[in-house]
Amino acid sequence: MVATLKGTDLQRVWAIASEVTDPELPMLTLADLGVLRNVEQDAVGAIVVSITPTYTGCPAMAAMRDDLVRRLTEAGIAPVRVRVQLSPPWTSDWISDEGRKALRENGISPPGTSSRGPIALTLKPKRRAIQCPQCGSGDTEVTSEFGSTACKALYRCRACGEPFDHLKEH
Amino acid sequence: MNDIHIQQDAEDAHDNAYAGLLSNDAHWAFGTDFEDPLAGVDTTIPDGLDAAELAQYCLMLGDDALVYAHRLSEWTSRAPDLEEDIAIANLALDLVGQARLLLARAAAADSSIVPVLPEGSPVPDEDRLAFFREAGDFRNVRLAETPNGDFAELVTRLLVLSTWRLAIFERLVGHPDAVVSAIAAKGVKELAYHRDFAGRWFVTLAGGTSESRRRLTDAMRAVWPLIPELGEGTDTERTVGVDPAAVALEVGVVLDQVLAVGGMTAPDVPGLARVRGRAGRQGMHSEALSRMLAEMQVVARAHPRGRW
Repeated sequence: MVATLKGTDLQRVWAIASEVTDPELPMLTLADLGVLRNVEQDAVGAIVVSITPTYTGCPAMAAMRDDLVRRLTEAGIAPVRVRVQLSPPWTSDWISDEGRKALRENGISPPGTSSRGPIALTLKPKRRAIQCPQCGSGDTEVTSEFGSTACKALYRCRACGEPFDHLKEH
Repeated sequence: MNDIHIQQDAEDAHDNAYAGLLSNDAHWAFGTDFEDPLAGVDTTIPDGLDAAELAQYCLMLGDDALVYAHRLSEWTSRAPDLEEDIAIANLALDLVGQARLLLARAAAADSSIVPVLPEGSPVPDEDRLAFFREAGDFRNVRLAETPNGDFAELVTRLLVLSTWRLAIFERLVGHPDAVVSAIAAKGVKELAYHRDFAGRWFVTLAGGTSESRRRLTDAMRAVWPLIPELGEGTDTERTVGVDPAAVALEVGVVLDQVLAVGGMTAPDVPGLARVRGRAGRQGMHSEALSRMLAEMQVVARAHPRGRW
């Protein structure tokens, strides 16, 4: 992922950038979320950080960009530019294993595998084998496919009665 | 003693809150500055595509999303329950995101379509297109602008629009313009959730009470006359995009499937006539769009040099 260019330690840049967290999911770093795609140096020596948006309308993207610029600038890396990379589109499959573990530990159910190919119409509630991140029970039901942020569905555990967020397959 | 104690706690809390506010300005989503949604994206027009036509096509798709997103946002605080309220706001947010990228892409392809503002105005191109065009310059289909009805109307219209848009976006994933292709690839996933949401509620209302079924029947009678316009298409769509006539069959199959599960029959109603040969894609809109835009645009127009 990180190409080494003469004169700059891009590994170090990547390490700092990858510590920046998602403003809505602060237990996830941008690297664990899969939003951070690349760091490189442009022709005039500026550091260019590429990020891929999760959802088209996600308002957290502006905060991520600002956080990246601030953290890198504070670390003495300047000038920094954040580039939006639209293709290939972000998928929840890019969330790392560490990221999934962090989600679970913080009461958010991690996404299953994103579906590929033709999109079938689903007229019944989506069937996901989801375990309650609070008590571990598999007896859960979807309350709404659209939760507190664009990326989450709202679930309820029938065993312990607690509501919880599920990061949607995308 | 107790009083003093409480006061101290409150003071501490305030100190902390203000400290956070002052050191972390960038965390506020609004009030920093505009950003370019296509920053760093290669917007070179590929060979064989006409830039002006591509811009017009992006306006059409962008305006469909923008105008319907605003109608959806009008539902905020009015939905039958909190979950649905949040869901509808999420749908609107997805569509605003699509509109923003499409309008920015339109402006990057052909800057002559962007309204001119006073010198020094910081308003970015996509906002100029959204907030500083008259109704006659909008290229959305009329189904997107119709005033909201009841929840059954929301479900029925969303079912039709999301099924149609999803079919088009699935084909646009292979579009020669890398920006349009990327927007479509992202949009497909969002629209699939929208269509499922609408389809499930459609079936639920159809199988609910006689009242929910009556309302659904009325909603279909209101929405169906605006469906033929979706499939008519323009030369622009046929030349640089997806001919909507090519997806009409597929859209019909999906709608028939939902109707069949719900035990509903498509109403036998004539399509809404064009006005002197023109419809939404040609800038011929209902009066309702003007009123909607007046509300949507008023603040931006009052402050053309404003920073938000």
